[in-house]
Amino acid sequence: MAKRAAPEINAGSMADIAFLLLIFFLVTTTMDVDTGITRKLPPPVENNDDDIDVKDRNVLKVLINSHDRLLIDGKPGDVSMLKQKAIDFMSIHPGDETYPEYESRLIEELGIERDMSKGIISLKNDRGTSYDMYIRVQNELASAFNEMKDELSLQLFGLKYSQLIDEKKIKGINKALPVRISEAEPEDIGGK
Amino acid sequence: MSRFKTKKGKGSAAINTSSLPDIIFMLLFFFMVTTVMREVSLKVKLKLPQATEVQKLEKKSLVSYIYIGPPVKSKLYGTNSRIQLNDTFANVDDIQEFVAKEREDREEADKKFITTSLKVDGITKMGIVTDVKQELRKAGALKINYSTRKGRDKN
Repeated sequence: MAKRAAPEINAGSMADIAFLLLIFFLVTTTMDVDTGITRKLPPPVENNDDDIDVKDRNVLKVLINSHDRLLIDGKPGDVSMLKQKAIDFMSIHPGDETYPEYESRLIEELGIERDMSKGIISLKNDRGTSYDMYIRVQNELASAFNEMKDELSLQLFGLKYSQLIDEKKIKGINKALPVRISEAEPEDIGGK
Repeated sequence: MSRFKTKKGKGSAAINTSSLPDIIFMLLFFFMVTTVMREVSLKVKLKLPQATEVQKLEKKSLVSYIYIGPPVKSKLYGTNSRIQLNDTFANVDDIQEFVAKEREDREEADKKFITTSLKVDGITKMGIVTDVKQELRKAGALKINYSTRKGRDKN
C-alpha cells in the first residue's frame, strides 16, 4: 500500500469558531446570583381560637396601612426610625417595666449564659400595602437583627457575624439572638 | 543615551498566535460551565425592590420560583398583578398543586430544603402576596425568600 501523508488540517480558523461559540455563551450567560431576604413562615394553625396570649409589653407592634404609612407602637413613624426602635426594644433593660421581659438561658454552642429578651416584633400590613414598602420594613428589621448579631459576635469573638466561619459559632449567635418577627394575618384596615 | 539609539533594520517580530485558540477555548469552557439558561419566559414585569440585608440563595436546584407582577401584555391581561407559575398565569388556588409538583421533582432527601423564592414586583399590593403566603403555609412550604436586588433604597 502506498503510504500517503495525511494532509495537514488548516487550524487557522479554529480561533474564529471558538470565538463564535464564546460570544454566544457570553451573550446568553446570566451571572446574577439570586439574593433576597429569607424568612420562615409559621406552620398553619388548626383553629384560630387558641391564640397565644402575649403580654403587651413583650410586643412591638408595627403596622403598615394601605397608604404605606407606618405606625410603630401606636405612634406614627418613619422607616428610618424603625431600626433603632427595634434594637432598643430587643435589648435588655434591667428593671424597666416598659421593655419586654427577659430570662437568662444557657447557650450551649457559645458556652455562656445570656439574658434573652422575650420581645416579639409583630408586623401587620394591609392588603393595599405596596410590596416595596413591605420589603423596606422587612429590610430595616433584618438590619436591626443583623446589627445586634454583629455586636454580640464582636464582643465574643472579635469578628463580625458575617465574617464568622465556624458553624458552631454561627449557630450559637443565631440561638442567642433569634429573629423574632411575627406576621399577623392581614386585614382590610384602610380598604382599597 | 539609549533613548536615541538608532533602530536596527529589524521589523517587529510576528506574535505567535498558535495558542490563541487554546486561550479562547479556555474562556469558552468557563462561560459554558457558568451559564444558566433561563428556564421560564417571564410574562410579568419584574422590578424587584432593593434591600441591603440580603442573603445569597444557595443551591439553585432546590429553589422553586413564584413570580408576581403586572402582566407584560397589559392590553390583553390588564394591569393588575398576576401570579406566574412556570410558564403560565395561575390563580392562588393553583399554588398548593404547584408546591406538590415541585416537591415530587426533587429527591426524597432534599424535599425539606426546598426554598420558595417569591419574585414580586415592587408596585404589587400585599394582598395578593399575602394570599400566596397563606397558600404556601397550607402547602407546608415554609421556607421562603423575598427576592430583592442588593443596593440601597434612597427615598
